[in-house]
Amino acid sequence: MATAVETAPASQAARTPALSLRGASKTFGPVIALADGTIEILPGEIHALVGENGAGKSTLVKILAGVHSPDGGEFLIEGKPAHFRNVSESKAAGISVIYQEPTLFPDLTVAENIFIGRQPKGRAGLISRGEMRRRAAELFATLGVPIDPDRIADGLSIADQQIIEIAKAISLDANVLVMDEPTAALSGVEVERLFTVARALREKGAGILFISHRFEEVFGLSDRITVMRDGRYIQVHNTAEVTVPAIVKEMVGRELGELFPKQEAELGDVVLKVDDLNSVGTFSGIDFEIRAGEIVALSGLVGAGRTEVARAVFGIDPYDTGSVSIGGTALKARSPKAAIAAGIGFVPEDRRKQGLVLDLSVARNVTLTLRHSLVRWGIISGQRERAAAEDWSQRLQVKTGSQDLPVSTLSGGNQQKVVLAKWLATDPKLLIVDEPTRGIDVGTKAEVHRLLSDLAGRGIAILMISSELPEVLGMADRVLVMHEGRIAADLNRADATAELVMQAATGSTKELHLERTDEELSTELEAGE
Amino acid sequence: MSTVTHAPAVPRSSAFKRFFTAREIPVAGALIALIVVTYIINPRFLSPQSTKDLMLNATIMVILAVAQALVIITRNVDLSVGAILGLAAFGTGTVFDMFPSIPLVLIFVIGMIFGGLLGSINGMLVTSAKVPALVITLGTLYIFRGVLSSWAGSKQYFSGDNPKAFGNLSVDTLVGIPIITIIAVVITVAVAMFMSSVRSGRDLYAIGSDPDAARLFGIPVGGRVLSAFIACGALTGLAGVLYASRYNSVGALTGSGIELDVVAAVVVGGVAIFGGSGTVAGAAIGAVLLSTITGALTATRVDKFWQQAIVGVLILAAIIIDRVVSLRRARKLRVNEAKNV
Repeated sequence: MATAVETAPASQAARTPALSLRGASKTFGPVIALADGTIEILPGEIHALVGENGAGKSTLVKILAGVHSPDGGEFLIEGKPAHFRNVSESKAAGISVIYQEPTLFPDLTVAENIFIGRQPKGRAGLISRGEMRRRAAELFATLGVPIDPDRIADGLSIADQQIIEIAKAISLDANVLVMDEPTAALSGVEVERLFTVARALREKGAGILFISHRFEEVFGLSDRITVMRDGRYIQVHNTAEVTVPAIVKEMVGRELGELFPKQEAELGDVVLKVDDLNSVGTFSGIDFEIRAGEIVALSGLVGAGRTEVARAVFGIDPYDTGSVSIGGTALKARSPKAAIAAGIGFVPEDRRKQGLVLDLSVARNVTLTLRHSLVRWGIISGQRERAAAEDWSQRLQVKTGSQDLPVSTLSGGNQQKVVLAKWLATDPKLLIVDEPTRGIDVGTKAEVHRLLSDLAGRGIAILMISSELPEVLGMADRVLVMHEGRIAADLNRADATAELVMQAATGSTKELHLERTDEELSTELEAGE
Repeated sequence: MSTVTHAPAVPRSSAFKRFFTAREIPVAGALIALIVVTYIINPRFLSPQSTKDLMLNATIMVILAVAQALVIITRNVDLSVGAILGLAAFGTGTVFDMFPSIPLVLIFVIGMIFGGLLGSINGMLVTSAKVPALVITLGTLYIFRGVLSSWAGSKQYFSGDNPKAFGNLSVDTLVGIPIITIIAVVITVAVAMFMSSVRSGRDLYAIGSDPDAARLFGIPVGGRVLSAFIACGALTGLAGVLYASRYNSVGALTGSGIELDVVAAVVVGGVAIFGGSGTVAGAAIGAVLLSTITGALTATRVDKFWQQAIVGVLILAAIIIDRVVSLRRARKLRVNEAKNV
């Protein structure tokens, strides 16, 4: 079958989409990750896929990659039905994927990471390391990056890892190249090189699916744009015939204000003061304050150092110089215990791995931080535990059948509420929330936001790390934008706009030679408002 | 930033530097130091007969360590090797008892197939049950040992029961090296070659380095891990046959407790216990080091009771060195990258 497809006449192939997915759906337990995944990629086109976080883009990508098999819908490769059972089959069909998160093997060399499973063979069928190194160096030369093919991948920056992923994908010579936010961690020059390569591949007749949150890139690079929202296909446009505001409207599908209600709160005294915090190679010169009742958002691209700052403040990671103080008292470095005692709560990004003990009951999880107050004669009293847990679950409206169910049975939003409850029970002065609504459905999202707003109203200072611009703009009293380990902008609620935040976060993308300039984009945005 | 289109100079680590940062170097250094120091204290340590004994003692451990390294590199472990060795060794005695004139080659083939079958049981359980190999192979260790106990009972086979040519494998030498040691070296070289230069061998490293990424990349993780367990079982079976040739008697207790010595040798040899890095050559050197320590302590008249404590110290030293080196490396990279920004 596969050979028949390959030998189809070129003229006919130009008519047939390289890949077409219609009405694909995918559910994970109670969560609908994709309700209607629809996309058509023609040979020789760059097709952009846009949508908010949680719109189902990554699930769609994983279906194309053969990681997930769709529960329903139609999937055609060059007009022939495709059913991938695993990644190898997708690869064999000519689909190559660059994932959002680089997936390198830390112990292997860079060259081997690129060629694993298809290393060039030399004498007696053995792997020729010289040839492998030469080809890797060639790829890096095309991309114009100085990476040693012989070094091991462990310890590479996110940007370099991403470049290796790109080199890997290019070297596969695929018919369809899928790039899931490949530019998130790249600098301007690197992005430009990637685009040159993408355009060259388009000339050669490859179909490219490009996912990005940056509109300059989407409009500068793509031929067509597909918009997704809440797991559904919304619309496909020719890039030349559509404007940024029109796309944004389709992506969001609602007014920003309705979704993210941060109520005005009386600002109190300074709760957290971070003074010139430095950690070599990770972040530097971090300087900010948060007052009681204030929500400060830490915005920026993935890898800008936001989570690292939060972890340093909470004492998980060390820092080299600088200081952190709570209510005027200096906080001991490298001691989460001291941080908790001083009144900091930390809701991590990956709640399944870091925020919850999945196999324990809801009650146990809620009361994890309370163990000392529940102890009677050295033993945790089950009765007190349940009482405390029920109290908090009610206050946060955690939807669970029973307090005794393992927390893994809850939906993402309710799991997040359990993590919040766990920290609220300690009566914190400062709450650090890292991507509080990642992977949470839209309805519950609003509830989490209401909750955060409510807490600020009660005088808790909140440091919120978020990659979702609408969330940042809607919730924060103040926005700190990080770029490459530094605070690039400190914006008040009134001044913060999507363009300003994105500009500060991307820093160098202005150097890009795009078909539209930032000014034009801004004008378009304003025109749309 | 400039927009020059030609490639910037690529920093390359020299072959010299790579050689000296290899993980096997500290172990090899320790081995050489041990031999030199012992020789200075007691020159008879390197007499022809003593050297031959050192090699004979290391042989079986080397094969077991090479086999185990295959599995550990995939982020698994096989604790049942002691029992597999025992079964293969006792099986060898039994086969010779039944067919005294069986060709020697055949006995090796039988031993490897038998070991491979036992290894495939481990492999299938590990790949299908999604339970850590540590637990699975701990279970099969007891099961295999139990089978051996009920099979052997109080029966023992002595070297005198075997054909003379078979026992001579552990006596005869070729240019001063015992035949079974040559077999071990050939196996080590072959497996080392496979692991460094054959695609499926490299896949084993990839799997151990990041199993999820390996799956995402389309590497047949289950199949490869199963093969590693089968290979480990087969080589352990071979070691069992050689054990019957080398030692005086085999019975229900043959190979008891050897699995921990093997894992220790592999770890000391620079194979990361969480997989993904280290080499079979390193594991082999680790095995030689651990077996040489016993000889060295005897030659220098150190109380034998110290031996295990010293092995323990070596394991900890290997782990600490490894950890320190990787932390340093990570730190250095971060600083370098900070400079480049």
